[in-house]
Amino acid sequence: MYKVNLGKKILSANEEYALKNKQFLAEKKKLCLNMISSPGSGKTTILVRTINELKGRLKIAVIEGDVQTELDAERIRATEAPAVQIETGGSCHLSAAQVSSALKKLPIDDLDLVFIENVGNLVCPSAFELGENYKLAVLSVAEGDDKPVKYPAIFAKARVLLINKIDMLAKGVSEDFDIERVKADARVVNKDIEIFPLSAKTGEGIVQWCDWLVKAVEELKSD
Amino acid sequence: MHETMVAQSLLEIISAESQKQNAKPVTAKITCGTFDAVNDEVLSFAFGAIAKDTICEGVKLEIEHKSLKGQCENCNKIFKFELSSPKCLDCGGDFALLPDGPLLIETITFESE
Repeated sequence: MYKVNLGKKILSANEEYALKNKQFLAEKKKLCLNMISSPGSGKTTILVRTINELKGRLKIAVIEGDVQTELDAERIRATEAPAVQIETGGSCHLSAAQVSSALKKLPIDDLDLVFIENVGNLVCPSAFELGENYKLAVLSVAEGDDKPVKYPAIFAKARVLLINKIDMLAKGVSEDFDIERVKADARVVNKDIEIFPLSAKTGEGIVQWCDWLVKAVEELKSD
Repeated sequence: MHETMVAQSLLEIISAESQKQNAKPVTAKITCGTFDAVNDEVLSFAFGAIAKDTICEGVKLEIEHKSLKGQCENCNKIFKFELSSPKCLDCGGDFALLPDGPLLIETITFESE
């Protein structure tokens, strides 16, 4: 028996595509956010709200990842924003190669910002770089306040955390959800994470989140 | 479930190296970080399933999990990070998390001719 030393990144094939996507986006000076959460946290509803709120200010497109169907892309297109649907056919996350071909289908020069809505899954997508500038985590009130402790990876890697469905708190539906606990636990693994509590349904908190986006796009363009 | 893609990438890497070495692989040593969220059983099962009828059939994966480390901003000591008590174990100071992972294939053992 003999041993061969490799020291090779196992996901290097994905990372090569991710790097190409990153270079492409950097050349075009487009901001790209990789949105990661459980299924049903309200990712698409947040995107629809965000696109409508920023109409006339930012030109946004969405790459939609789902196991099946074109439903989410259709919801985005109803806002008149361009959307490309990737059906993963069972895979629990998007890969950089899939994003690479989706990026080619977008009118990239006409855009300011590309959201990648990853497959609903709080674990797997965080392990795959897609070439984004930042990861965007979404946690909804209905999922419970212990998620940053149970699934720390995405909270550690995200630039921004959106806490969605805060209208449920006001209604007393999820009164045991401790929003301060979520903030504190997320900051344990990620000191600099930006946190925006909001309700995509009522619109509460959307303005603060959208202001952050506008600033992030401006910063990128002036770099 | 992302272990299936990790398994697929492993198969490609080990097969390519086996061709280069012109030898049968026996074990592969893998290291991963906390945030790579690799489950040993799932990865070994997925790898075993796709390795069937290939040069990698029967290859044993040895998976080592590296714990997440923090460095104290007060006393600079490096310590094992625990989510449940996120403070420096020595002086109780605040800390910065050190980079986690990466997910690596470290070595492959081959049968000698």
